[in-house]
Amino acid sequence: MNNIFVYLEIEDGIVGDVSLELLTKGRSLAKQLNCKLEAVAAGFQLDGIGAQVFPYGVEVLHLADDKRLFPYTSLPHTSLLVNLFKEEKPQIALMGATSIGRDLGPRVSSALFSGLTADCTSLEIGTYEDKKAGKVYDNLLYQIRPAFGGNIVATIVNPDCRPQMATVREGVMKKEIKDAKFVGKTHKLDVAKYVADTDFVVEVIERHIEKSKLNIKGSPIIVSGGYGVGSAENFKLLHDLAATLGGEVGASRAAVDAGFSEHERQIGQTGTTVRPKLYIACGISGQIQHIAGMQESAIIIAINNDPKAPINQIADYVITGSVEEVLPKMIKYYKKNSK
Amino acid sequence: MSFKIVVLAKQVPDTRNVGKDAMKADGTVNRAALSAIYNPEDLNALEQALRLKSKIEGATVHILTMGPARAAEIIRESMYRGADGGFLLSGREFAGSDTLATSYALAAAIRRIGKVDLILCGRQAIDGDTAQVGPQVAEKLGLPQITYAEEILDLSDNKITVKRRLERGVEVVRGPLPMVVTVDGSAPNCRTRHAKLTLKYKHAATPSERQDAGSDYTNLYDTKPYLNITEWGVNDIEHDIQWLGLTGSPTKVKQIENVVFIAKESKRLTANDVEIEDLMKELIANHTIG
Repeated sequence: MNNIFVYLEIEDGIVGDVSLELLTKGRSLAKQLNCKLEAVAAGFQLDGIGAQVFPYGVEVLHLADDKRLFPYTSLPHTSLLVNLFKEEKPQIALMGATSIGRDLGPRVSSALFSGLTADCTSLEIGTYEDKKAGKVYDNLLYQIRPAFGGNIVATIVNPDCRPQMATVREGVMKKEIKDAKFVGKTHKLDVAKYVADTDFVVEVIERHIEKSKLNIKGSPIIVSGGYGVGSAENFKLLHDLAATLGGEVGASRAAVDAGFSEHERQIGQTGTTVRPKLYIACGISGQIQHIAGMQESAIIIAINNDPKAPINQIADYVITGSVEEVLPKMIKYYKKNSK
Repeated sequence: MSFKIVVLAKQVPDTRNVGKDAMKADGTVNRAALSAIYNPEDLNALEQALRLKSKIEGATVHILTMGPARAAEIIRESMYRGADGGFLLSGREFAGSDTLATSYALAAAIRRIGKVDLILCGRQAIDGDTAQVGPQVAEKLGLPQITYAEEILDLSDNKITVKRRLERGVEVVRGPLPMVVTVDGSAPNCRTRHAKLTLKYKHAATPSERQDAGSDYTNLYDTKPYLNITEWGVNDIEHDIQWLGLTGSPTKVKQIENVVFIAKESKRLTANDVEIEDLMKELIANHTIG
């Protein structure tokens, strides 16, 4: 009762990074609240899951192992969580802000009438005073997220409804093993008790899940382009520089919206959060929602025609000039000076 | 045969083109400085609806939106592009709704519309980016859902087959009607206005808009009933007031902050060869690159 639950995303028997990151965050929240961290795995052939998640400090792993629970479909996984939460009454439930989590979370929250905050960038514990009702709530989950296209940051609370639900994108929290030898309890669920046969109404006919070929999150060097790059054609210059330096190409939301680059390269609050050694921002003016996703980069170079672009404020090096002019020079002088 | 499609749509502030005056000094959003637009992914949903309408005999497309009086603009916009009409759900009782209270109200309005075969909506709205309303409406109506649709592949035998765009792949799924389908931004863009329809529906209006416009066109709405956009208030839908607006919203906003980043001291360079070469040498020397 009153514990913190994390819903695990599983593909090919492997628990996703986003879930491991949430377990790490969940564990620190549980420590603050003096409660336990529990996890829910729903899928098929889940024998290997325990070994993957117990090191993160999971004290109870709820296992729903049933052929029909893989691949994921909305209704059966919803019923499982809704009925399990009714029994276990968690105070906090976390899931990834992924294709699955953002399909599942809202449905569960609606069924339980519990508040859900999508895409949180930070989770903290604190108090809340409802001045109108003259009530003070202790130990609430602060669900902190950007809103309004990233121009403001809102702290959301769910004073009265449980569980307090939040989704978080991959890469926002850090993952960290607590104790490689720790083994928690496994609670095997009788799936038929939680999920009705009538929940299996949507069938998955075809499925192509690719392991992301891109590894923007893990790349030490990112050459990123914004609307100011001007065209998909000019984006090739970014690819050239990235290839020369051994990095990846990223993009701002504006560049993705304009069709200059693919969605999976998007960096920012609505894309991937990155912390590379070197971030080269090309033609990016620096909307808040973009900056929030890359500000922890060790070194930032901003290349921009506009000497007053907002991104310049957080850059270590500001090059005033056009992308077409600067990038070929960077390639040329890198090649000349590197061994 | 009739086939009734309802598209849930929202008029949103254009958060993608935010200028410097978008935030007031007190940290609140200056809505007046942002233009109101048709939520982009709702337009993708409308396009899917209009494609089905042209394929299925007797199919109709209606827009349902919740918002202030001016949100009727997006219903008209939809009619210019091929929708048959729409419903505006409006009233101060709905103010302050989070996604759950919004879904409760929209679900109640859909029940009022009656037998609906397919509900389409955009994956998410750009003012909140939550992607919660679609699945929550589905849950409130006890309907299944298919999210992130890129293409509706087939609709037959009372089943819908949809290609979904996932973060790392695609999926083809099939499920029974009625169904709630949320449409991804990767789906085809919406067609533009149709000239004839734009002329035809130019004067389409809600009762409150007609009042504001004066009585010049009174006869018009009697002789051309298709120009009437339905407007519902809280009493037109079956509801329990505690599930609406602020009281129906489990999430509360504790605090809103303007985003401020701590500025660094930066080194300023120009594009000249010497400066770029020095920079590259410096980055190589300190092992940032190479």
